[in-house]
Amino acid sequence: MFPVKELKRSFLISIWFSFLTFPIMVIKVDAIERVVSWRWENMFFIAFGSFFISILTKVYFLRKERRTGRKKVNRELTEAFMQRILREPRFLYPLSLAVLLFALLFPALFSTYQTNIMTTALMYVVLGLGLNVVVGVAGLLDLGYVAFYAVGAYSYALLNLYFDMGFWAVLPLGGLFAAFLGIMLGFPVLRLRGDYLAIVTLGFGEIIRLVLENWSAFSQGPSGIANIPRPGFFGMEMSFDSGIVYIYYIVVALVVFTIFVVNRLQDSRLGRAWLALREDEIACQAMGIDKTRTKLIAFSLGAFWAGLVGVIFAAKTTFVNPASFTFLESAIILSIVVLGGMGSIVGVIFGALILILMPEYLRALSEYRMLAFGGILVVMMVFKPDGIISNVRRSYRFKKQPAKDVIE
Amino acid sequence: MTKTILNVTGLTKNFGGIKAIDNVDLDIKPGEIVALIGPNGAGKTTFFNCLTGIYTPSSGDIVLCHPNSEKEIRLNGMKPNKITEQGMARTFQNIRLFPTMSVLENVMIGRHCRTHSLILGAIFRGSATRREEREIVDMSYEILIKVGLQKEVNEEARNLSYGAQRRLEIARALATEPFLLLLDEPAAGMNPNETEDLVGLIKTICGEGQSILLIEHDMKLVMSLSDRIFVMDYGKKIAQGTPEEVRANPAVIKAYLGEDVDA
Amino acid sequence: MDYFIELFFVGLTRGSIYALIALGYTMVYGIIGLINFAHGEIYMIGAFTSFIVATVLSIYGFPLLAIVIVAGLAAAVWSSAYGYTIEKLAYRPLRKAPRLAPLISAIGMSIFLQNYVLLAQTSDFLPFPELIPEFDFMEPVAHIVGSSDLVILIVTTLVMLGLTFLIKFTKIGKAMRATAQDKTMAVLVGINVDRVISATFVIGSALAAIGGLLIASHVGQINFYIGFIAGIKAFTAAVLGGIGSIPGAVLGSLVLGLTESFATGYISSDYEDVFAFSLLVLILIFKPSGLLGKAETQKV
Repeated sequence: MFPVKELKRSFLISIWFSFLTFPIMVIKVDAIERVVSWRWENMFFIAFGSFFISILTKVYFLRKERRTGRKKVNRELTEAFMQRILREPRFLYPLSLAVLLFALLFPALFSTYQTNIMTTALMYVVLGLGLNVVVGVAGLLDLGYVAFYAVGAYSYALLNLYFDMGFWAVLPLGGLFAAFLGIMLGFPVLRLRGDYLAIVTLGFGEIIRLVLENWSAFSQGPSGIANIPRPGFFGMEMSFDSGIVYIYYIVVALVVFTIFVVNRLQDSRLGRAWLALREDEIACQAMGIDKTRTKLIAFSLGAFWAGLVGVIFAAKTTFVNPASFTFLESAIILSIVVLGGMGSIVGVIFGALILILMPEYLRALSEYRMLAFGGILVVMMVFKPDGIISNVRRSYRFKKQPAKDVIE
Repeated sequence: MTKTILNVTGLTKNFGGIKAIDNVDLDIKPGEIVALIGPNGAGKTTFFNCLTGIYTPSSGDIVLCHPNSEKEIRLNGMKPNKITEQGMARTFQNIRLFPTMSVLENVMIGRHCRTHSLILGAIFRGSATRREEREIVDMSYEILIKVGLQKEVNEEARNLSYGAQRRLEIARALATEPFLLLLDEPAAGMNPNETEDLVGLIKTICGEGQSILLIEHDMKLVMSLSDRIFVMDYGKKIAQGTPEEVRANPAVIKAYLGEDVDA
Repeated sequence: MDYFIELFFVGLTRGSIYALIALGYTMVYGIIGLINFAHGEIYMIGAFTSFIVATVLSIYGFPLLAIVIVAGLAAAVWSSAYGYTIEKLAYRPLRKAPRLAPLISAIGMSIFLQNYVLLAQTSDFLPFPELIPEFDFMEPVAHIVGSSDLVILIVTTLVMLGLTFLIKFTKIGKAMRATAQDKTMAVLVGINVDRVISATFVIGSALAAIGGLLIASHVGQINFYIGFIAGIKAFTAAVLGGIGSIPGAVLGSLVLGLTESFATGYISSDYEDVFAFSLLVLILIFKPSGLLGKAETQKV
């Protein structure tokens, strides 16, 4: 059933990859001790691995080809099923309620350690949803998203250090600072074409981190700021454990708030304009949409959420330093959005939970984490650019039949 | 009746050393259908792009004046979206719809510049916002009825036939409430039936008081519809006048037959 | 004055290395309009390959000249192989996709390759063997210009001349220029566009590998992360010169190298990378077409 020609092809591919990875995977030198270790077993893994992956992808494409004919209907049905669950209130509401209930009971059911991990994952859910507005909905590739996260975290750290301000006072401020910075940066750069925008935001993210690292008088440099207080609760002293649970609930509340707001935004005049802008900028302008302003709103809204989460991050870890805000952090958040499905709220939630929880629970795999993130970006773009859950945007359906129509 | 709603004087556009448009004048009066014709590459679409702010003209003046007001607005250097807000909307020669949005949503985008709700409106969804949304939907639907697309209202725009896409472009432009509508080759690629419908549609729109400036290669359509015709060749205006005058103009005959026998 | 001349040569050396990497960015951009984000990683892999080969050979006691030649060739061959493979796996399937898709894929590839080298080799800085000896005739000026600076300048100049020849006079060079101007037309006149694109990646990768070898032996140490910063800087240089333009990439690289050298020499070395990033942001905002690039007019 599987053609011999393809086997030969896969065999050649495996030889090619064995050759390709030979110096890096097989040879390892110790320049000081002057010993060479030859790790031939790695070549074996690569050869077999690439052979099987190549066969699998071929099978995938063959099946896809065949499916386009007769099984397409079947596939559309399963997709329609997913979409129906996500769209129809009578499925969606009980489901969301159950999820919310589980989230609320989580600290009671699991240990503090688990709760703490879940808090981190939920923070990434919010970051993902925030970036989703920028990348997924408005189509602006922001590679410096972490800069706004850093602004939030440092707002709390510094305002607390110099002015002794509390968590609740800084929380909105951190978001606003980040949004303000988003506007300042966005104003000149949002005119740029998509790929240039990506690079400028990347450069900007690095500038912020480098400044934090080098301007020691202001930010205490690479050593960072320690002893940041956890959030207060009407001046009550809290034990370490209940502090963690408290932050967990703050984050859950933030997740609910974010989902609510993002959902409403997508389903509004502004959300329509973002979508249209992603599809055709020139047509949008010709239809009277102010390109820069509309993009700026998306950009600064995204920044606002990053700022909020930044403040919570500082309060949760009680310590910030520039090393937490590297480009890789932006890349992780981007992976969440891409894996989940650009523009889809449910997808982003799944994406964040998978990408953040998996390495936590599969400790053995955690060193392959970044490798996997990189791989995910490539594989998703090549095989399923829509993400695991493609966007189930509510499109406007016209239901009522006006009298005029009936007469015709 | 000497009032003009659009007055273009000495419009010039250079690309590097090339003069794509060279010192062109044009004017449109209320309720008129004006055609802009010329061989391929004559600079007609560039002319549209200058009017609608997609290109900045190198020199010359574009002045727009609302039929019910005396205020004259100079459009040079204005952003495309501001120009649309002033009441001049356009369609594109190579269709530029929002392909994955529904037909209704495409028209709703046209309502954007006449509506206002922003972030807070979207989040709190107060009565004003809800009323506005309802008005956007109702009005968009009415426009779709006018162009005959009410049956396809929930289709994705990319699934429409070519002729229907052209009509949807017109509907989307109408949604911005223009008093002057610029149509860039609206009949291109249409079959004779569709073209006939289009002529009817253009007449309806014109009958409602809107003026139309169109670029078109279908001479039968141009001659039957237009009140006046402007002819361009190599970036210059070579003739203007009523259909009869233009048809008899030797410069026009030379431009079409001398260079481009197909036309 | 000596200090000025010293900084000048430091800048020139730096600039020529940037140029070797920037050419890869600009050639790929010129042909398929993609910012090949993984290009910095190609350069890093070139440096690693030459490091591994050179160290192995020196352990087995080969003479210096043989080591230099074999390490250089190995770096070029393997980097090209990586460039070719990356294009086929991560970019070719996305040729008709929306513009951001290949860019995201490229970013993913960059992260993947960094961590691949990190896991397969090490996260530590590795001491790179000294491949370029101190020449005796350079003795009198050694306090201003080092021997390796000289070698870098000479090698870069030769490579540039070779590349110019390749693009101006060979068949593949003509095909590349044709494809850059109009892909559809190139197909119609019988150019195998896929092959031209592959060739562009191979050539660009080989240049980056030579850059990797030169800088690694100049600086004396490497790690898996060098590709990221070098890549961004070379990209800055390419944009500064006008992305898509080959002389622009060289000019931009020299300007960037000199700017960095003088800025760190006379102002402060703490903000070395900030200068480059700020320059990048400023050019993209104020003159995205760069020094020698052509402004794009959007077709409507």
